[in-house]
Amino acid sequence: MKPIPPDSVGLVTPARLRFPEPLALASGGVLANYELVYETYGTLNAEASNAVLVCHALSGSHHVAGYHSEDDKRPGWWEHHVGPGKSLDTQRFFVVACNNLGSCFGSTGPASINPATGRAFGPDFPMVTVRDWVESQARLADRLGIRRWAAVVGGSLGGMQALQWAIDYPERVAHAIIIAAAPKLTAQNIAFNEVARQAILTDPDFYEGRFYDHGTEPRRGLRIARMLGHITYLSDDIMREKFGRDLRGGKINFDYQVAFEVESYLRYQADSFVGHFDANTYLLMTKALDYFDPAGNTEGRLAAALSPVKADTLVLAFTSDWRFAPARSREIVKALHDNDLNVSYAEIKAAHGHDAFLMPIPRYVEILRSYMDRVSMGLAT
Amino acid sequence: MSPVRLDFRIIGDWIKPQSRVLDLGCGDGSLLAYLAQSKGASGYGLEIDDAHVSECIRRGVNVIQTDLDAGLSEFDERSFDFVVLSLTLQAVRYPDRLLREMLRVGTEGIVTFPNFGHWRARWQLGVRGRMPVSAALPHEWYSTPNIHLCTLRDFERLCAREGIEILESQVVDHAHRRRLALQLFPNTLGEIALYRFRRARLP
Repeated sequence: MKPIPPDSVGLVTPARLRFPEPLALASGGVLANYELVYETYGTLNAEASNAVLVCHALSGSHHVAGYHSEDDKRPGWWEHHVGPGKSLDTQRFFVVACNNLGSCFGSTGPASINPATGRAFGPDFPMVTVRDWVESQARLADRLGIRRWAAVVGGSLGGMQALQWAIDYPERVAHAIIIAAAPKLTAQNIAFNEVARQAILTDPDFYEGRFYDHGTEPRRGLRIARMLGHITYLSDDIMREKFGRDLRGGKINFDYQVAFEVESYLRYQADSFVGHFDANTYLLMTKALDYFDPAGNTEGRLAAALSPVKADTLVLAFTSDWRFAPARSREIVKALHDNDLNVSYAEIKAAHGHDAFLMPIPRYVEILRSYMDRVSMGLAT
Repeated sequence: MSPVRLDFRIIGDWIKPQSRVLDLGCGDGSLLAYLAQSKGASGYGLEIDDAHVSECIRRGVNVIQTDLDAGLSEFDERSFDFVVLSLTLQAVRYPDRLLREMLRVGTEGIVTFPNFGHWRARWQLGVRGRMPVSAALPHEWYSTPNIHLCTLRDFERLCAREGIEILESQVVDHAHRRRLALQLFPNTLGEIALYRFRRARLP
């Protein structure tokens, strides 16, 4: 075991809060009560003005930075950006991240026990949307004594939450940082999600979502969904660079075992996903993505949908991201400047595709750091 | 505090307080920062260069990373009081189209550019037979981003052709000083030209 690096927040312990008040959901459903698991790094200042919320993407969690034990092999998913002296500097900011409702890392979700039946919710867990997450996060903020976030930050589906926060709670968001996101999914995006869902839904081990009762899980479906996802998170260029047509064993065997390195990579990603991620959560998360469309209530006019926003915003996109291409981020930028809001946009050269938002790309780190410097200067006034 | 460049001061004098400004090719954002501080102006800079974009974000200037040659189509008509194009006209692919776009999205335009009619440029080309290199135009012909150089007269002709009314103009030298001789022979002695203009009203 390597020692924990000094620029890490170090050992962290997730916390848990129970919310006894019912949460009315956009779908019309209601969660009678629920629990949220979250982590915090740094210290909330006396004015409670230095809090930063980090929102996670499809397969992410509240574990943004640090290690859960000395033997933890991997740190949190945004370790590159969150820690002492890093772009989200935990010496200056109180960073909060929660696991979203419907996810499978501790907050109430489909694998949780439904108090009404004593069994896992499974398919009875209500559909949750980005708005519902923001609502539940706002209640978490209330409980933590945070009136207003210095910044709400997120990549991909997390960026959509940052945008929704700025719309739903204009007085509670000083800055929004929206990374590798889009104002809504395209038909192509939805199509990919649908193939992933069909892989899960048609797996014989899915049992209409009640696989927990059968002591199994739709491993095949979840594996295929994850493999498909990973193809769309990478760019053609990075795949060529990482794998090319390299052969695993040096030669072709004319069978269906792994021949090419890229096959090995996808299978590895699939294997490490299964057993850690819940198939019902995958379905819910992809639906939350599909349904996200703030302009849905304003006849498709995004600028009108963003008219309540007061936050200053930083929008970032990556050149090789074709899942949420830079042009999609520009739609958000346009809607913000149409409202005369403070917005900056940078397009970061990166070969990694959509996954770039998780990477320590120097210019990305530098821009986040300089922007957070501005956020921090605003705390003093 | 460092002294303010004369071209910034001239632009600042031309801009009304609290104006909405779009700065095309805003560089490190120093003009917008100056206009915000001296005139309470607000708005956005457009910039393509990575380092400049980072610098704008560092100093808290709104910047949108984009290629001016792709046009201003994301901006609605009359979104800004002023659209500024500072020392960038000569580096864009379609200066005439960009001028039209400036007056679509803004009420008034301000353009500054290095004057190719300056005597030193004329001397280098006319007498020495070499493409001019100067403080205002520091690049060799093979590596210059400046692909559409013009003189004051050229610019004024283009404005006339495009139905653009010039409201004010100034020339300064490469150190951004304004001298009397420059005002008498602007197209020969002026190194940097500054123009404020709007769409000409129909008679």
